[in-house]
Amino acid sequence: MRLMELQRTMARAVMQPLTRTERMQQKAPGGGKMRVYASRFIKPNDRLTSFERLEIYNRQYWFRVLSSMIEDFPGLRAVLGGRRFEEAAKAYLCDRPSRSFTLRNLGSRLEAWLRKNPKWAGAKQKLALDIARLEWADIEAFDGKAEEALRPEDLSGDAGPSLQLRLQPYIQLLDMHYPVDDLLLEVRKDDEDTDFASNAFQERRKRKRVQAVAKLKPAEIYLVVHRVDYSVYFRRVDREEFLILSALRQGKPLGKAIDIAFRKSSIALAERAPRVQEWFQNWATLGWFCRAEKKA
Amino acid sequence: MPANRFNGFTDYGIGIGLRAPHYQHILTRKPVVDWFEIISENFMIDGGRPLHILDQILEQYKVVQHGVSMYFGSAEKLNREHLWRLKELVKRTKTPWLSDHLCWGSVDGRYTHDLLPMPYTFEAARITAQKVRAVQDFLEIPVAVENVSSYAEYHVSEMTEWEFLNEVVERADCGILLDVNNIYVSSQNHNFDPLKYVNSVPAERVAQIHIAGHSRYRKYILDTHDHPVIDPVWKLYERAIQRAGHTATLLEWDDSIPSFQEVHDEALKANRFLKSTVLAKAV
Repeated sequence: MRLMELQRTMARAVMQPLTRTERMQQKAPGGGKMRVYASRFIKPNDRLTSFERLEIYNRQYWFRVLSSMIEDFPGLRAVLGGRRFEEAAKAYLCDRPSRSFTLRNLGSRLEAWLRKNPKWAGAKQKLALDIARLEWADIEAFDGKAEEALRPEDLSGDAGPSLQLRLQPYIQLLDMHYPVDDLLLEVRKDDEDTDFASNAFQERRKRKRVQAVAKLKPAEIYLVVHRVDYSVYFRRVDREEFLILSALRQGKPLGKAIDIAFRKSSIALAERAPRVQEWFQNWATLGWFCRAEKKA
Repeated sequence: MPANRFNGFTDYGIGIGLRAPHYQHILTRKPVVDWFEIISENFMIDGGRPLHILDQILEQYKVVQHGVSMYFGSAEKLNREHLWRLKELVKRTKTPWLSDHLCWGSVDGRYTHDLLPMPYTFEAARITAQKVRAVQDFLEIPVAVENVSSYAEYHVSEMTEWEFLNEVVERADCGILLDVNNIYVSSQNHNFDPLKYVNSVPAERVAQIHIAGHSRYRKYILDTHDHPVIDPVWKLYERAIQRAGHTATLLEWDDSIPSFQEVHDEALKANRFLKSTVLAKAV
């Protein structure tokens, strides 16, 4: 057996889902018995059969990728429930196995996959999509690139309508159907506390979490996922703020961005200029802007 | 021998792995540590806290990069994005050498995120050595390959693991990160004499040594890096040091991580053997 063929044969077995009792399946990829499949390329020894030796790698693979998904998506897990989340994560990883050298990117295609496979979230589809999107944005904001920030005084001089500003690359802009920022913060707080908690306390927490998800009412919110001193924060913003920031992210000049934001706005005309000024002051203070890239 | 072309002619002492639970202790207490080993992939990112912490560590400590996903032994091509990001990090850390595992883990662009064992064939040795050479040329620093723990062997193998290691490093002209715990784990899982392995490695190519703990199950041993180093592994370390000299040594502790002091104390036990080697040479 040549190297490539051997690696394909082994990878197919290693990445095949485990049984409900977390053992290797008796059925081999493509049919036939796994016992026979394994014995074709793996030697047995005096303690373990070929099947058992291969099973060590099969289990390690699934334990590793599932624990990575659980770590990265605690909010989605709270929304779907533990068992449903694991089933969905397994299906996702079978459909979209990792194509990156780093586990950091394992969930990068989860939201798109959930959108195409609505059966996993059922009636909670919109909520599930929102929380998956927020959790991925959190990962991106945590270790995304930061450029030298413009200070408030950098903006005061030449802030004409043709000014082009660039948002920090790490900033993520999200429009949501549910207040999932509150939900995620609550889930995380629970997880921190759980390290020191008794079983009974954990059970109460779990019930509380289920209730929190059930009670969550739809609400249009606009979020900026950003960093302060290397910690990620979720900041709710007005619709108009969100539209200005989104337009700037798309490379639109300042004047155009403001036009877009106020097209269907309920903010009174007289209030707009001071509001915009205040927003820009806040954004600049938070270091959200950097210089636009010079065109070659 | 310890300072050689495979570790950039450095003479590092005893290091430990840089792990998140110890960040605060290291940055506030500034303990005396010869050097830290980082997992390259944890810092092959664009920005944020991990790189900020790394920069602070780099101001005060020597750092060596250790990778977990280059997969020299995968039959497919090297991942260009991985290489470029790794090169960026090499520039940042100024690591004198870099290590990754003698294993495979991806096929057809799909990643298992595991260190899967190689078939010990001449074809695999040739492909692996070509990739090690390519990485070494691209990064422009010495590369050392680490022997992995394994739980399976293949029918197609044409040689022993240590013969395969020698075949790869000679063809690639690269260094060895000798993991004596991995040798012990594999020797128990595959019924071979670990001392024979240590004695067969070309000592002049050993750039670095890893020590670690493991977990014993009823029918096999798993390389879990969550326990202190056991005596039989220290014995292999002693023999490796006798052959290779006073070599840069690193303790790996990746799960159920105890306090910084406990990990460092465990690593410093290596001094017993390093000092006796120096004394033996002096006599």
